[in-house]
This record gives sequence, structure tokens and C-alpha cells, in this order.
Amino acid sequence: MTKPLVGVAAGAALGFLDGLSAWFTPAVRNEIAGILIGSSIKGIMVGVAAGFLARRVNSPAIGAGFAAIAGLLLAWLVASFPAADGRHYYLEIMLPGFVTGAIIGFITQKYGTHTPTKA
Amino acid sequence: MTGLGDSTLRRLQDAAGRPDPPLRYRVEEEIGRGGTGVVYRAWDDVLERFVAFKVSAGPLDEARTAARLEHPSIVPVHDAGTLPDGRSYYVMKLVDGPRLDEFALASPTVAPKLRAFRKICDAVEYAHSRGVVHRDIKPRNVMVGRFGEVFLLDWGAGVMGTPGYMAPEQTEDSNDPAVDIHALGVMLRNLAGAGGPRPILAIAAKAASAAPGGRYPSVAALSEDVDRFLDRLPVSAYRESIPERARRFCSRNSVLLLLFAAYVLVRAALYFLRPAATGFR
Repeated sequence: MTKPLVGVAAGAALGFLDGLSAWFTPAVRNEIAGILIGSSIKGIMVGVAAGFLARRVNSPAIGAGFAAIAGLLLAWLVASFPAADGRHYYLEIMLPGFVTGAIIGFITQKYGTHTPTKA
Repeated sequence: MTGLGDSTLRRLQDAAGRPDPPLRYRVEEEIGRGGTGVVYRAWDDVLERFVAFKVSAGPLDEARTAARLEHPSIVPVHDAGTLPDGRSYYVMKLVDGPRLDEFALASPTVAPKLRAFRKICDAVEYAHSRGVVHRDIKPRNVMVGRFGEVFLLDWGAGVMGTPGYMAPEQTEDSNDPAVDIHALGVMLRNLAGAGGPRPILAIAAKAASAAPGGRYPSVAALSEDVDRFLDRLPVSAYRESIPERARRFCSRNSVLLLLFAAYVLVRAALYFLRPAATGFR
């Protein structure tokens, strides 16, 4: 599996799981489907970016740091849209987004091949 | 008439035993003595550097064998020939560093010793691929250079081996790579020490099995198991318990586990510490 593909898989899975945690916030629980889709897409975007970086740079620290910042920026974009209750959940979205990004970046560095494997 | 003192006598005996090298080399002092000859530290007048000058009574087979093996962990041979007294000599790189047994004593952890061991395995594997069996692998025949390079010395043809390292089936003309695998196993056991990691001791025990059939089929297979240990993967020679497997998994994935723990902590902090502000619960 190539590194961008590892990034997509890790990003989708971790983004989905991160989105599931919204269930613990009653105010947004009825929007969980949209949150799950949005969070998964956010994770995939971070994963793709981290995957392409991992093809060029072989450093778990740089990969995790880069993906953490990418996750933070995307989470900031998401948080800048108010929830149904009119509130902005900056901290609740950005902080986990930052850590999730770091995990995706680290996984992308550690697993996967640099070039596509021939069948 | 005045009698000669002990030290003078020793010096005379030493001088009498010293080789008479070609003009290019000036023999300085004896630095090693083994079953196949005596090694001197010598000065090369042409290239202006110190070299190892080995003298042996036998033919040039050892020099030819070593010269045929071009490998980063096999000392390169620069020159060879016959001395006026009929003995043969060859000149090789002088390795500036400790022997493996001295290096092992100075290394507090097992990892540097295993990395040195791996380099020896590479050299032996290469020699086997060229049809050469060492037959006398032991820490005294391994030197560790200043930059961490490792050299396996003494590719003496017709060597019987050293008790303790010799395979039970080994004879003077053994040409089976299994005898080297046995010696590597003993060396690995000595490097790891009695309290060494269990998987490494299991690898050493398998390599040093009394029966050749119980050993690794090749040095490559032995190296692969050592590599797997260094990469914190399970090794074929050792069946680990569930707690050992869990410990190895945690050790191998410590950063990832820490990141997941950080995520859980962040989520827990957001959940428990900010209930009023976020409408949690």
C-alpha cells in the first residue's frame, strides 16, 4: 500500500472515530451524520497531504508535525462555522483535530511503501 | 666475561625472530600471535602509514583467500610475498581499535554488540557465497574500528578452530558453513551474556546447536532473526509468552500509543473539565 493510500485509510478511520466523539456533546448529537462525514473528509484530506509528504520526507517527527498543523488548520475551518446552537466549538474541534492529525502523520510515515508495488 | 641480562636476552630473541621485510616496510612491534602466524605493526615507507604485517610459515593461501574476499568487514590485503628466510608475509590494513571481546566489555547495552555481530554475519555470509569457510570465528579474531567498522580477521586456511567455538563435528578440513554458524552462535551467546535478552539467547542456542541439522540453515537466516530482534519483531527461534508479546508490541509502537493516549486525554479533559461552557453531558 502506498503512503498516500495509507494516509487516506488512516485519515478516514481516525476522522470517523474523531467525529463519533461528537455524540458526547448533546447539543450537536442530532447532527452526528453530517459531523461523521465532515470529520472523515477532513481526516482523508490530512491523510493525503501527509501521504504525499511521506513520499518525499522520511521523518516521523516532521510527518507528525506537518499533519498536526494540517489537521489544526482544517479543524479551524470547520470550527469557524457555527453549530446549530449558534456556538463555535473551536477548542472542542481544533484540539482533537491537532492530535488526530499528528497520529495520521505518524502512521503515514511508519507504514506503507514509497512507490506503488507492482502486482 | 659478562652474562647477558634477561631483558637483553629477550630483546635478542625477539630481534632474531623478527622478519626481514622488503625495504618498503619497517617492522616495529609484535601486535598479535595466532595459530597461523605472527602479526607486526609496520611502517610503510612509500605510502607513509602504519600497516599490519603478518608473517606465517605456510604458503600464501591465507593472503590469497583474504584478498579474494572484498567486503567492508574483511580487512583488505595490500601486498604479499615471500621473505628471504622462506616464510610468507602479507600486508593489510592496520585496524585501530579494540578486539570484539574488549569492545563488548566496554559496551553497557546489548544493541551495539548486536550491530557489530550483524556486520560479522554479513562478512561470513559473503565469504560463504564465495565458497570460503572461516573455521575460526571468535571475538579475538574480530576488530572494531574507530568509526564503528567491524573486521573479521585471520582467514587462515587449514585452521583447526578454537575450543569452545569449534563445532563438535569440525575437523581441520571442514568446509561446511555450519561450523561457522556454530561459532557465530557461541559468539552471540558470549556477547549477550547470561542475563541477555531471551530471544537473543534462543537465537544463539539454535545457531550453536550440537547437531548441524538443528542450526540455522544459513548465516542469512541467522542474521534475519537478529535483525527481527533489533526491529522488535518476533524471532523464529523463540516462542514468546502473551505478556512478552504485549511488552514487545508496546515497545515497538510506543510513540503511536503515546499519541493515542494524548488523544484520549484531550477528549477526557474536554469532557470533564468544561461541562458548563460546552453543554457537555
